[in-house]
Amino acid sequence: MIEILIEPFQYDFMIRSIVTAILSGATLSLLGPFTINRNMGFMADAMAHATLPIIAIGVFLGFSISELGVPASIIIALFLGYIIKNSNIGEDTAIGIIFSSFFALGFVLISVFNVTINLEDLLFGQILAVSSFDVLIVTIMCITVISLVAVFFKQLLFYSFDPIGAEVKGLNTNFLNYLFLILLSVTIVASLQTVGIILVLSMLLIPAAASKQVANTFISSIFISVLFGILSSVTGLYLSYFFNLPSGPTMSLVATSIFIICLFISKLTKVRA
Amino acid sequence: MNNVKKDNSNDTAIIVSDGCCVQLGKAQALDDVTFSIERGKKVAVVGPNGGGKSTLFNAIAGLVPVVDGSLKIKGMNPEDAKGSISYVPQKDLINRNFPLSVKQVVEMGLIEKNTLNLFSRKKVNQKITKALENVGLIEKINENINNLSGGQFQRVLIARGLAQDADILLLDEAFSAVDVGAQEDIMNIISDINFDGKTILIATHDINNLDEKFDEVLCLNRHCCAYGDPSEVLTKEVIEEMYGSHTEMFKYHTPESHRKNND
Repeated sequence: MIEILIEPFQYDFMIRSIVTAILSGATLSLLGPFTINRNMGFMADAMAHATLPIIAIGVFLGFSISELGVPASIIIALFLGYIIKNSNIGEDTAIGIIFSSFFALGFVLISVFNVTINLEDLLFGQILAVSSFDVLIVTIMCITVISLVAVFFKQLLFYSFDPIGAEVKGLNTNFLNYLFLILLSVTIVASLQTVGIILVLSMLLIPAAASKQVANTFISSIFISVLFGILSSVTGLYLSYFFNLPSGPTMSLVATSIFIICLFISKLTKVRA
Repeated sequence: MNNVKKDNSNDTAIIVSDGCCVQLGKAQALDDVTFSIERGKKVAVVGPNGGGKSTLFNAIAGLVPVVDGSLKIKGMNPEDAKGSISYVPQKDLINRNFPLSVKQVVEMGLIEKNTLNLFSRKKVNQKITKALENVGLIEKINENINNLSGGQFQRVLIARGLAQDADILLLDEAFSAVDVGAQEDIMNIISDINFDGKTILIATHDINNLDEKFDEVLCLNRHCCAYGDPSEVLTKEVIEEMYGSHTEMFKYHTPESHRKNND
């Protein structure tokens, strides 16, 4: 059994992949409970898709996706936050417009610049191809996000639960709003290599949704979500290694399986009670 | 306008509005509103939907700017008085998706701009316990807020304001979707808090027996129709000014009818 578990580690690329999968899975699922309870899933999806034109321009100028990650995600977070706050067309509509138009712009720019981007890798992730530099970027991202969430946890929770109450109390709600958007955007963009634009949402939302079924408190839901996120990433990677499956989608399906089990447990517990 | 203008120089005045105007988009939400509320008063804010009750609370809380006239909280501009006010907004503005405990919500009253998770647990726990004892919910301290009734949840938010040690409590529609028993519980708690010198403003649609529950009433219909003792200012004319000709349902709540009933 142990031999089977350590077999993938004879390859350097598998070590890099597992480390990246754990860090991305943990960070995405740490922000997941905030995201689902604030109904920001659509916003997160828009963030992932809005990266395409920036990636197209960056690759045209000779940068890699990892190098572009942080500045691109900060630009997207600030832009989305500003448009939503200052438009009067409704949050969902504003996100929808940005989402679709940025994605469309990305494809047009790829064609205009004639750059070579493997769209399948970008959409579904290519974790087995991560470089040491990618691992470094994801590690820095993970440490930064976890530290900032820990430091501002109470303020972020107050703002998410009762934004008006928090503002009247004197908290800097503008700062907290953009802080969360930037953390979310940075995490999503840094995880694109792992699970891709389409599936990054599954690692953000599904472990959090699963943990909400079984956790009693918000804090426990965060810990359980992180556990599920890591479990999905690692198990998905092992399954993809042994059964020659695409890694991003497999990780996503493991997360979905955990969600279904938790949903079943939750229903069963309620029926018994 | 009855009894509206009060002596603004009064030292005990904690909220002084002098010709306050607030604009929401193109609409004038508050127009030339003048009143002065003394420290420790329990004030009902009544008026029709769209009459400016929530806008006034938002202006007092520093959430919307005053475009003309002045509004002073403890002698300061509202945005500088943040922290001395606790605001319980309408229920639908609070995100109850979060599975929080009663204790976590009350603790929010103690969170400051520079709170970075590093403060004395003992002191915090003492304040939370005291606040929950005051609203009679200490036995629910670890309960999930989603298991509470509407009235209990309102009491938790009042406890948050008590933990904060705010001078002014603003309760927007505290009695909506709350049964009569729970309303009475909330009123009893508010009466007790009042003895502690806190000023409490409650927006309400219920103008029944206001004189029994509140020290003052502020009648709003974009402008201040009247301010003062409920048994004196809630006249037929004032009610008409607020609600137009739909006064039939209020005919038993005017000072004349109260005097008649008491006789």
